[in-house]
Amino acid sequence: MALLTVSNLCVSIGSLSPLDGVSFEARKGEILGLVGESGSGKSLTAMAIMGLLRRIGGRASTGSILFDGQELTTLAEPAYRQLRGKRIALISQNPMTSLDPLVRIGAQIDQVSRLHLGLSKPAAKARSIDLMQQLRIPDATTLHGAYPHQLSGGMKQRIVIAMALAADPDLIIADEPTTALDVTIQAQIIQIMVDMVRDRGLALILITHDMGVVAQACDRVVVLYAGRVAETDTTEAIFAASHHPYTASLIGCIPAHDQAEGTLLGIPGTVPSVLGYPAGCRFHPRCARVMDVCRTQIPAIVALPTGSVACHLHGGTA
Amino acid sequence: MSMLRFLSGVVRTPRGGASAVVLVLVVICALFAPLLAPYNYAIQSLPGANTPPGAAHWMGTDEFGRDLMSRIIHGARTSLSVALTAISISVVAGMTLGAMAGYFGGLFDRVVTAVVDLTWSFPEILIALLLIAIIGTGTESIIIAISIAYLAQFTRLTRAQVMALRTETYIEATVNLGAGHAHVIFRHLLPNAITPVIVAGMLATGDAIILEATLGFFGLGAQPPTPSWGSMMSSGTAQIFIAPWIILFPGAAIALTVISINLFGDALIDALDIRNRLREV
Amino acid sequence: MTPLVSLKGLTRDFASGSGFLKPRRVMRAVDDVSLDIPRGSVTGVVGESGCGKSTLARLVLRLIAATSGTVTYDGADIGALPPAALRAMRRNMQMVFQDPYSAIDPRYTIRRALMEPFQVQRIAVPDPAARLAELMDKVGLNPSLADSYPHQLSGGQKQRVGIARALALNPAFLVLDEPTASLDVSIQAQIIGLLEGLRRDLGLTYLFISHDLSLVRYFCDRMVVMYLGRVVEVLPQARDKPRHPYARALMDSHFEPDPARRKVVQMLKGEIPSPFNLPPGCAFAARCPAATSLCHEDRPALVMGDGGHQIACHHPMG
Repeated sequence: MALLTVSNLCVSIGSLSPLDGVSFEARKGEILGLVGESGSGKSLTAMAIMGLLRRIGGRASTGSILFDGQELTTLAEPAYRQLRGKRIALISQNPMTSLDPLVRIGAQIDQVSRLHLGLSKPAAKARSIDLMQQLRIPDATTLHGAYPHQLSGGMKQRIVIAMALAADPDLIIADEPTTALDVTIQAQIIQIMVDMVRDRGLALILITHDMGVVAQACDRVVVLYAGRVAETDTTEAIFAASHHPYTASLIGCIPAHDQAEGTLLGIPGTVPSVLGYPAGCRFHPRCARVMDVCRTQIPAIVALPTGSVACHLHGGTA
Repeated sequence: MSMLRFLSGVVRTPRGGASAVVLVLVVICALFAPLLAPYNYAIQSLPGANTPPGAAHWMGTDEFGRDLMSRIIHGARTSLSVALTAISISVVAGMTLGAMAGYFGGLFDRVVTAVVDLTWSFPEILIALLLIAIIGTGTESIIIAISIAYLAQFTRLTRAQVMALRTETYIEATVNLGAGHAHVIFRHLLPNAITPVIVAGMLATGDAIILEATLGFFGLGAQPPTPSWGSMMSSGTAQIFIAPWIILFPGAAIALTVISINLFGDALIDALDIRNRLREV
Repeated sequence: MTPLVSLKGLTRDFASGSGFLKPRRVMRAVDDVSLDIPRGSVTGVVGESGCGKSTLARLVLRLIAATSGTVTYDGADIGALPPAALRAMRRNMQMVFQDPYSAIDPRYTIRRALMEPFQVQRIAVPDPAARLAELMDKVGLNPSLADSYPHQLSGGQKQRVGIARALALNPAFLVLDEPTASLDVSIQAQIIGLLEGLRRDLGLTYLFISHDLSLVRYFCDRMVVMYLGRVVEVLPQARDKPRHPYARALMDSHFEPDPARRKVVQMLKGEIPSPFNLPPGCAFAARCPAATSLCHEDRPALVMGDGGHQIACHHPMG
């Protein structure tokens, strides 16, 4: 059963509409990958779910975000505060800015469970140390009293994950959680998050631009392009046979194990800006398989056996 | 971006516009003083001494019967030329020293920084008085004294800018093309460092006008009969109860000019968004 | 054939804390690196942050001076060149920088930035407009961008300007310092494709610095793996399987864009030791799954094996 259902979500900031009819589901015990280049609307989707649009002067103009039966787009701020951090947690890109440099890391984790679960000080500390050990932080008891600057980037990101887990949330949104980290550490953090979802049965939305990470970690994938969903499917199906040329191009950007020289092509051009989205299919100026209809008609969303795609190559127009 | 369009943007703000009007008027007075002044500033007329402001003399006359308005218009010339010359020398010398210290570092930087920090810890007036005591009075002397008094400020500011810019990738990239020191300093470092220094120079010009007036007040500046706002105020102190306008009008001229310079500089700082870079000093 | 560039015993120390009341500490950023770069080859240097790869790039171009050791370019010791000769020599060896956002003076138009190399080297250009158009065409930039400022360009376009600037003087040797690390994956693939084409067309020799082992495998002929300032493995064929446990860990940290090839991530123990305080033995020993007491006491030397393979490890993997 879906824990979170986003349907036809449109976000507007002033007269701009950076998100246009985004739909997907996140289920318990599953990792949902939200993929696309910068400017595709991944982080904005996360902000919409977290109820943080108001901070950047935006709002969900139409559509709905249903979380465990509760409509979030119309939820008032005080009620949201009960949800944020407690039932929905966010892991952001840069662990350095998620931690208060002046507060011991243990106290920062304790605070979450004391605030949201009403634990006593000793109980919160015991819980934090337990969490840190589960995340394979060595010498958790000692590090509980350390300050953020004493830790490496990878360790800090584990602390941020521990903070996200401290209130026992049902849904975690991780926004490019490993981009700021070294490669070996990146892989370990991804592994930790996969284990975390399997062990606790929570839902994770993993925002990334790396199809390698998607293949490694995700159960389902939503491919966003310029504020619209290009394709959504199970990871197996999307890598076996992607239906949208954009998905295929994104996969082709990561060198595979035995990739022949001269075959790494990339995608020509750049993501269009929200100030000037092209008409028709927004991907058409960069698409190798563009047809006349793509330039004028917005492609309809066509159902696939396990997902859906919005591309004129796969069905009639709306 | 065109400089003209940028300035017209600054002038359209209330602060920028009002102060620009005053500054343009002061500059016109200084440039065309002989044409604008109703009387010769030096002609004395003892029977007409201490005449209050009226139809013949709009700002009255001083204790020698000289027309005050003519003297204030000519005084703008003295004040502005001394302040601008001194600050220009100071900016050029400070930028050179600061850029070299920031770029080359090492012993030269340590010596410059030590001297600059030492002068920085004394008020400008003290340094200027000390220098005049050594080199004597007169217009040239106070220009030298003022330019040295403000040198530390521009050296520090330029050095800080250059130190920050020196680690930019485009500097390394230019060195990698085979560029020499002169190319790096004059084509990249100074053009990127100059804006805050010029604005600081503009603000310092206001301070320098006050400093020039102060030195004039002590009789150390331009020698009679050349009018300067400071020396006019000084002679006005003796007449303050008989003819208060003698001290009031030059004082108002100084205040108006300096406030306008500060307001305009402030508008520039906001328009250029460089408040943080000025604070680095 | 003699190598184009040859490094012998290249070492660079950085001192820190030489201030008042602070003990002076010395860090060896690059430690005794010897390497031949054959003409027309692409040599990849891979390692994580702090491994000394960027310092190595700058030593090779003598943007910083070596503490000891030599760099020979085409038979000439560039450390011994007088300043004027070194500046003239720079025509032959250029660099593409990691951060295209700050590699161009913000006050320069693209035209001025691309003409600067000729100005600096005092080379008269008979027809500047034609030369500019040719350069921009070479890197796939639209000539209409000539009068733009860097902030008006996308990251990928800026990196193309960086490459064009590096190519302006017709160098034979390019150092590529993580040229794609700050770009989106789709743009990364574009830039790699461009660099492949340029190498083919112009017969260039590359030294490619990267943290991404899969990219080095794909793009380079040879691979050099660095850890904490030292070369730990040299693979004469970049696609050979590395045998050093650290190189293997780097390889396992890359996720294939194929869910059928999911990996179980080995958790490396511990942290990267401080470069100011290196252990006496192998620098990787504290994190190595195969480490023995020998590794903690004795630093393994880089030994030559079959076919030019070199490794510094007491227990190379099979």
